[in-house]
Amino acid sequence: MKSKTWNEKFMQGVFFTAACTSVLAVALICIFLFANGIPAMKEIGFIKFITGQRWKPGNDIYGILPMIVGSLYVTAGAVIVGVPIGILTSVFMAMYCPKKIYKPLKAAIELLAGIPSVVYGFFGLVVLVPRVRELGRALKMIGLARSSGNGNSILTASLLLGIMILPTIVGVTESAIRAVPAQYYEGALALGATHERSIFKVIIPAAKSGVVAGVVLGIGRAIGETMAVIMVAGNQARMPAGIMKGVRTLTANIVIEMGYAADLHREALIATGVVLFVFILLINFSVALIKRRGEREQ
Amino acid sequence: MGKIEIKNLDLFYDDFQALKSVNLDVEANKITAFIGPSGCGKSTLLKSINRMNDLVEGCRIEGEILLDNENIFRGMDVNLLRKRVGMVFQKPNPFPMSVYDNIAFGPRTHGVRAKSKLDDIVEKSLRSAAIWEECKDRLKKSALGMSGGQQQRLCIARALAVEPEVLLMDEPTSALDPISTSKIEDLALELKNDYTIVMVTHNMQQAVRISDNTAFFLLGEVIEYNQTEKLFSIPSDKRTEDYITGRFG
Repeated sequence: MKSKTWNEKFMQGVFFTAACTSVLAVALICIFLFANGIPAMKEIGFIKFITGQRWKPGNDIYGILPMIVGSLYVTAGAVIVGVPIGILTSVFMAMYCPKKIYKPLKAAIELLAGIPSVVYGFFGLVVLVPRVRELGRALKMIGLARSSGNGNSILTASLLLGIMILPTIVGVTESAIRAVPAQYYEGALALGATHERSIFKVIIPAAKSGVVAGVVLGIGRAIGETMAVIMVAGNQARMPAGIMKGVRTLTANIVIEMGYAADLHREALIATGVVLFVFILLINFSVALIKRRGEREQ
Repeated sequence: MGKIEIKNLDLFYDDFQALKSVNLDVEANKITAFIGPSGCGKSTLLKSINRMNDLVEGCRIEGEILLDNENIFRGMDVNLLRKRVGMVFQKPNPFPMSVYDNIAFGPRTHGVRAKSKLDDIVEKSLRSAAIWEECKDRLKKSALGMSGGQQQRLCIARALAVEPEVLLMDEPTSALDPISTSKIEDLALELKNDYTIVMVTHNMQQAVRISDNTAFFLLGEVIEYNQTEKLFSIPSDKRTEDYITGRFG
């Protein structure tokens, strides 16, 4: 009897340790980031660091505003491309899709989530960049754009990221729509509403918090994406000048220069990571908030 | 001639025959009750009248249902049919939106846009469903915050808002407490002056209390259909008698 109690306690300890690992990992990352990043921010000057428009490590000038703006532009672009397609896809899958098509469609979207980002980047480089370059030239020819750009641009990165965030949005939104009780749908139909009206006026509003959570998670994925963006965005560390122009994101800034950075330059890159981390924290926080509000409404 | 005439109706779920050549006339401005044990087809028949069975996969219907002499399965727009034949479900199902928007959903669906008109409809419907006094101060609040009985009367108001001719009620009180139940019953008696009501109920006392005509179903067939008083006092079929005296079911 006694040994069993000991045994149980031991196993409980094992489970507890396992559970602690992930918490510990997050804590360690936090400590590392802030311990290395904050001093650099202090040395450069927090305001100067965040709002500085020039990034010239050679001259010890570290302003990451272009990268912040770049990340926001690219993410906004991804949202514009990915959110409507994602939501409509999930509506189709939950409410319209014949059984025969459902399985292959679901499998395709899951596969989309599993493709390594470098492969996305390669696809972007080979397929999207030339198309966008041609589009830029065409726009310049008819006088809609002042310069054509070389195809590595905000637009290209947005298109690519828009595709990459689809699985996140579709997955979360679809399950949110499926979680809406069937009686809402039946109630709407029984009042003489069409299939479409029942879906868009009753079901989707009822699934609102889930849909928003899906979109915000997609935003988190887009803002954190690195490899694919580097391959198609051009990466010029200056204020973005238009959607056909190149842009450097926060993530790209870190990866491109980390290899050879030293001293303050290196710390400034870690501080860039801190800024990125804060963005992700905000996003996760808002997802949690939305979910809690959604549960309260039920 | 009845408001609704059901003629030789057979209904199949895949291979299972749920209704067997049902013939039944529903009189206008009366309450018609469908009674019978679980799985006897009474809810299925009710849902055929506004074609909610269309949603069920593998459901096949033969025969006809005439609404004011028009065949509902042929040449009638299903959404218009459902506007004319409203439905109240077993479990109250207000939409997760405000009381006002719940009631206004139907009229908006059918093209009413003007705010003043909608306001009128909302008030009138809530009054008809005897719930105006209870919710006039919380029209903008979520309907999900109301009690089950209030929600069910709200659902009745929502059905009335599209000005139907017929009201189908599928065991509307089975999820409610006795006080809410009696309110719904009083309401049904009130409403039959303006609407034709068809009600499925498991509660035989309820059928006796409020219905004018009663149909007894067993295994997909209508065993007996008569004035409620007659059906319960002098049932002509042995099976009806066994059921209403509680020998099975």
